[in-house]
Amino acid sequence: MPNRVAIVGIGQTHHAGHRYDVSFEELFNEATRAALEDAQLTVKDIDAAIVSNMDPFDGRGCVDTILVGESGAYLKSGVKPQTGGTTGGTSFSVAWTYAASGLFDTVLVVSGEKQEECGGDSQSVIMTAVDELTLRPFYTGALGGLAMRASRYIAETGCPEEIAALERVIMDENALANPYAHLRLGITVEDVLKSPMLIYPVRLLHMSPQSNGSTALVLASEEKAKRITDKPVWIRDVVTVHQSGFIRFLSGLSPDPSSHIVAAKKLYERNGITKPMEEIDLFEMYDPCIWEQIIWMEDFLLLEKGTAPKLIEKGVTRRDGAFPICPSGGVVCTNDIGATALTRVAEAALQTRGDAGEHQVTKEVNLAMASAWGAANWTVLSLLSKAID
Amino acid sequence: MGKGVAIIAAAQTKYGVRSDVHLPELAFEPVEEILSKTGLKFTEDGTGIDITVSCCDDYWDGRTISGVFGTDVAGGNLRHDERLESDGTLGVYYALIEILAGHADVALVISYCKESHTEPRLVENMCVEPVFLRSIGLDFLSAAALQANRYLTKYGITPEQCAKVVVKNRRNAKLNPYAQVATELTIDDILKSEMLAYPIRVLDSKPVSDGACALIIAEEDKAKKLTKKPIWITGIADCYDLHYLGDRELAECQSLVTAAQKAYKMAGITKPVEEIDIAELCDMFSYQELLWSEGLGFCAPGEGGKLVESGMTEIRGKLPINPSGGMISGNPVTVGGMTRVVEAVLQLRGEAGAHQIDGAKTAVVQGNHGICGQHQCVIILSNEGGE
Repeated sequence: MPNRVAIVGIGQTHHAGHRYDVSFEELFNEATRAALEDAQLTVKDIDAAIVSNMDPFDGRGCVDTILVGESGAYLKSGVKPQTGGTTGGTSFSVAWTYAASGLFDTVLVVSGEKQEECGGDSQSVIMTAVDELTLRPFYTGALGGLAMRASRYIAETGCPEEIAALERVIMDENALANPYAHLRLGITVEDVLKSPMLIYPVRLLHMSPQSNGSTALVLASEEKAKRITDKPVWIRDVVTVHQSGFIRFLSGLSPDPSSHIVAAKKLYERNGITKPMEEIDLFEMYDPCIWEQIIWMEDFLLLEKGTAPKLIEKGVTRRDGAFPICPSGGVVCTNDIGATALTRVAEAALQTRGDAGEHQVTKEVNLAMASAWGAANWTVLSLLSKAID
Repeated sequence: MGKGVAIIAAAQTKYGVRSDVHLPELAFEPVEEILSKTGLKFTEDGTGIDITVSCCDDYWDGRTISGVFGTDVAGGNLRHDERLESDGTLGVYYALIEILAGHADVALVISYCKESHTEPRLVENMCVEPVFLRSIGLDFLSAAALQANRYLTKYGITPEQCAKVVVKNRRNAKLNPYAQVATELTIDDILKSEMLAYPIRVLDSKPVSDGACALIIAEEDKAKKLTKKPIWITGIADCYDLHYLGDRELAECQSLVTAAQKAYKMAGITKPVEEIDIAELCDMFSYQELLWSEGLGFCAPGEGGKLVESGMTEIRGKLPINPSGGMISGNPVTVGGMTRVVEAVLQLRGEAGAHQIDGAKTAVVQGNHGICGQHQCVIILSNEGGE
């Protein structure tokens, strides 16, 4: 029986277009301090520190070794996971595993990104992700793959652009209620429809921004967690499913099911969930583009293709709806790559604790789900619970 | 530790410059060997390999999210495939953590790196803090030179004593078919070789190297079924030191001492020199074997030079260090620590061939990551027991 683990501290920086006011180290330290303060712990109480980012995006390597003084890792154990956009979710999964192993009781996980320090040109860095001998001439950064998927979805379902615009506005409304979010614009559906086209059908306002920021969590094994806080957020389960890079990068050409579907089925089966939209209360999805939020809603919730647009139209995904998606504003509003997936968990945890302030969802939250996405369509899917069982 | 965890199979490539293979092909070599040796498959039902842990580094690989092109090699398609950017010893540690957490019973752990397809000094320079340190040209070599200079000055360790490490290890390498550089050298050969960064000469440093390793790690019941010779991980720990060299006392290795003490305690070892039969350490530069020996408690601080002079650490000595030839005979970074584990496993299984230490029961392995061995990991292995 694995040891049970809870989130006992949550912290994040204000995620922003520029954080010229802090150094890279100070940025990570800001989130670390916020999480420790939230848990009412000090760095002395930490047994291990899982520190991560997507390193080439900050123009530095071996970042866990550079950040030792500021991340709380000095004289502690730890490791640096690196799985691209999935990194924050992977780091969460690794930290969970550390705390469940019996070797470490209190584990800090801090992930972040200061993209402005690689010249702000993350897309040229991401070009190096693809195999130089076979695939690089075809690759157009993250955007190309996302656009191809969106284009295919529109061809298969006839989903009108207005749906994407409507959902983007809902995300903006959520971000306006979330003081930590990056893009808080006050936009209308028309603003989205008029936004410049990047790669058909993806417009500027459909895509996530390049953000700078950091998020940190403190995890603790069961007995410790109960002593630290009276509002632990229990980690029910975390499922990781990766996918082959060679086939997947030629988006949509893989005969395999998406890792989202495989991960969701595994999570639900392991946890006795048969009706995800009824049994789970909200979903902080890693949605790098609003089109992907629509497509992946169907993947993760095991819905029939073409169902998601109707749900959006009915207001199901709103903060006051039956199944809120990204009440924080999600990734289309804030994307500091290394932090992004961990922020999904942090936001899901805040909601479960009832501490999301103005962007708290209307319904009661007992079970919250968070996803991480990145690399060659890799997925980490987490389930958080208010009750221990 | 709760339950026993053992390594049940190990494989490595021959180290060298491998212009004949693309990086994923290099990584696949030991994986293919280990899969055919064990007959294990990647499964979801607990009858085979449950997860893979890979250690590789974006900067050395020249790719962002470089684990992506190892996914196929790692058996990661639509499966739990974990990717760490750290030394291979941390990959072994994380697989053990996954098993103790009950998330997996059997793990494939791999590590791969192709230093020859890049300029390692430039890569290392990217891995130091950019505002204050990068522009002074700090890299692993110049940082190690600063450490070596401090260490030699504080304790009166001599360049001859450092050179003795190289003579010993490159001679040991002649008995190891996987080693990259195996030569009979004299101390004079090393002291006459070109100075790279004082006091480190060409022959005091490891060559540019390519290679890969794979291991299978299992919880005890499955381990006993999968092999007649499980090698138990009886102690394991890691520890981070600070990044800025000025914040550290470079003649000591605080993070290694901390990790070693924790690992020994777990393994119930109180007298390392008496209770350990073999040590495999990451000597990227010659002085490091001496300094890491002190950190591991084989001698008092400052006595590393005397230790190598005593002959105790020769291949037929009381405590052989690096019978494989060590990292100085050629391993890439990231992989080096896992090579040490593979070598220790071969020794404890009696499969090390010409460089076998007869009757070896307990081995200590050391791996590290970051400048001047900032992040240290120590693993104690034994061919006896199983809790």
